[in-house]
Amino acid sequence: MNTKDENDQGLLWEVFVQAKPGIPHKHAGSVHAHDAEMALASARDVYTRRREGTSIWVIPSHMITATTEADSESFFDPADDKAYRHPTFYTVPEGVKYL
Amino acid sequence: MSTEEALFQYLIRLGDNALILGQRLGEWCGHAHQLESDIALTNVALDQIGQARNLLTEAGRIEGKGRTEDDLAFFRSEMEFRNNLLVEQDNGDFAQTIARQYLFDVFQFHLLTELSRSSNEFLEAFAKKSLKEVSYHRKLSSDWMLRLGDGTEESHNRLQQAIDILWPYTAELFEMTEADKVLMELDMVPDLKLIEQKWQAEVPSHLEESRIRIPDTKGYMARGSRDGHHTEYLGYILAEMQALPRSMPEAKW
Amino acid sequence: MTTDIKEMERRFQEKIDSGLKIEAKEWMPENYRKQLIRMISQHAHSEIVGMLPEGNWITRAPSLRRKAVLLAKVQDEAGHGLYLYSAAETLGIDRQTMINQLLEGKAKYSSIFNYPTLSWADIGAIGWLVDGAAIVNQTMLARGSYGPYSRAMVRICKEESFHNRQGYEIIYGLANGSPEQKQMAQDALNRWWWPSIQMLGPSDAQSKNSEETMRWKIKVESNDTVRQRFIDRTVPQAHAAGLSIPDPDLKFNEESGHWEIGEIEWTEFYQVIKGHGPCNHKRMQARQKAENEGKWVREAAAAYAKKQKSRQQIAA
Repeated sequence: MNTKDENDQGLLWEVFVQAKPGIPHKHAGSVHAHDAEMALASARDVYTRRREGTSIWVIPSHMITATTEADSESFFDPADDKAYRHPTFYTVPEGVKYL
Repeated sequence: MSTEEALFQYLIRLGDNALILGQRLGEWCGHAHQLESDIALTNVALDQIGQARNLLTEAGRIEGKGRTEDDLAFFRSEMEFRNNLLVEQDNGDFAQTIARQYLFDVFQFHLLTELSRSSNEFLEAFAKKSLKEVSYHRKLSSDWMLRLGDGTEESHNRLQQAIDILWPYTAELFEMTEADKVLMELDMVPDLKLIEQKWQAEVPSHLEESRIRIPDTKGYMARGSRDGHHTEYLGYILAEMQALPRSMPEAKW
Repeated sequence: MTTDIKEMERRFQEKIDSGLKIEAKEWMPENYRKQLIRMISQHAHSEIVGMLPEGNWITRAPSLRRKAVLLAKVQDEAGHGLYLYSAAETLGIDRQTMINQLLEGKAKYSSIFNYPTLSWADIGAIGWLVDGAAIVNQTMLARGSYGPYSRAMVRICKEESFHNRQGYEIIYGLANGSPEQKQMAQDALNRWWWPSIQMLGPSDAQSKNSEETMRWKIKVESNDTVRQRFIDRTVPQAHAAGLSIPDPDLKFNEESGHWEIGEIEWTEFYQVIKGHGPCNHKRMQARQKAENEGKWVREAAAAYAKKQKSRQQIAA
């Protein structure tokens, strides 16, 4: 990550906004800020101007660990043939309810 | 002085404060040190312009002569404006803008807190709504006071200079007129001495935390806005703001 | 292990052709990355420089309602610049570098913002024409292949819809106001019409970046297609307001159902791009000033954050 950045535009933060109570926070975008308070305030001013939010999380971008494209096959393809994890895999005798 | 007359004067005072501060903050739009701050300052400006519109509309209604928010904003002259001297002071650098904002935000916050218990229905509703906005402004400006006062040597010096310039304009925020007395009798507005106490309980300690000292004005504090006597800045603000509608007084926009 | 670059490119193209979006950390041809950085940063710069001509009128708006609307609109432009810089940052360039490129004259911005806002009607004309053209272009870009850019475009288009309307509302009101106001509206249309037409880029025959950007679905329609859509939408709006388009050759082609415009005068367009527009110098001066005078603020914020951090560490 670019640390020299700190002296010009501040760190890059990722912003997650909860649109209404009870639903998950969703990635809204990024802001630059020098500290967490400023990141929260900027996130509020930038991403909830049109009443888009009830709660905000911010996290420095460099703190996020993500899968890479190279990982993608080994991470996600093995789930493809595990249909037994889904209820539709099973047969239910006719007339039997609440299963 | 009738209640209506007192109320009209009081609403004009609050409305002009919001309008002139909003106008000043609007000058920043596109020129701040960082996009995030451009957006933040504009948000504060928008809140102030919104408050001004509510207040001036109500003032026009109370006056009963059919004047609209725009009539009051664009067709009154300098001496008819009742905003505090503090809000018309120029933007200067970012430190001066933040200092002006902070000194005013704390005042506005405590005033609105009291007004939200007003016996006047409009003032009560207005204060409750605006208090949410102003609480955020106060948080924003007090955070910046810390960052600038306790940031670098340069930012500290700039903020100190800003406070030195602006401090003399803080006393007249609390000056009361006949209108205040009339409305206080009716529990519509608070005693500004009380607001001053709250302001004094908050501002000096926050300045200290921001490593800023209060200037010794040797007892001199500016006044005049209650009588319509402003600093030179207001004339220029109004010249710019009012030019277009005054050039075509009959026009609709 | 070296995967053949040709093979990677083939797979990349396959992904694009099947309509998948490309995400930040995925492999992409170097030139795809470069083209995107060029386009997105240019777009971001345009938003930021674009704040200046409109910002001119915030203090002079003729009613409080108009003042609030204009403030909110110019604020949105700052937001859009911010979203776009963020989208470009996902490609490995930081915001400060992009800002420096703008200030050093290495990066371009939309040349339309080098024209002055001379009357209040210009604020209407910008919302109606400039934002109108931008929306047509951005709706196209929202369908582009790069995920972060496309998502920024979706958000921006959503927010921009009010910009276009407020601009037309101003123009329509003026066009139906006093003779003096109508004159103001017509004059603004006369000055902004051709720059708005040109804003959508050189014609396909002359656009040097087109083939590659189309193949990679950075753009999904050509400049001329987008331009025609803008013209077809806008001409009837001008007529509805009782204004006339400053083009003696303008005619409606019954057969194709399109409005056909006269020859575009590209010489001026290239002059303005090269820095000889009415306001190039002034716009850059304003950006440079904001940058210079903001430096100490950014340094203070960084210094304070650092102090706070070490205080917390000592306390812990």
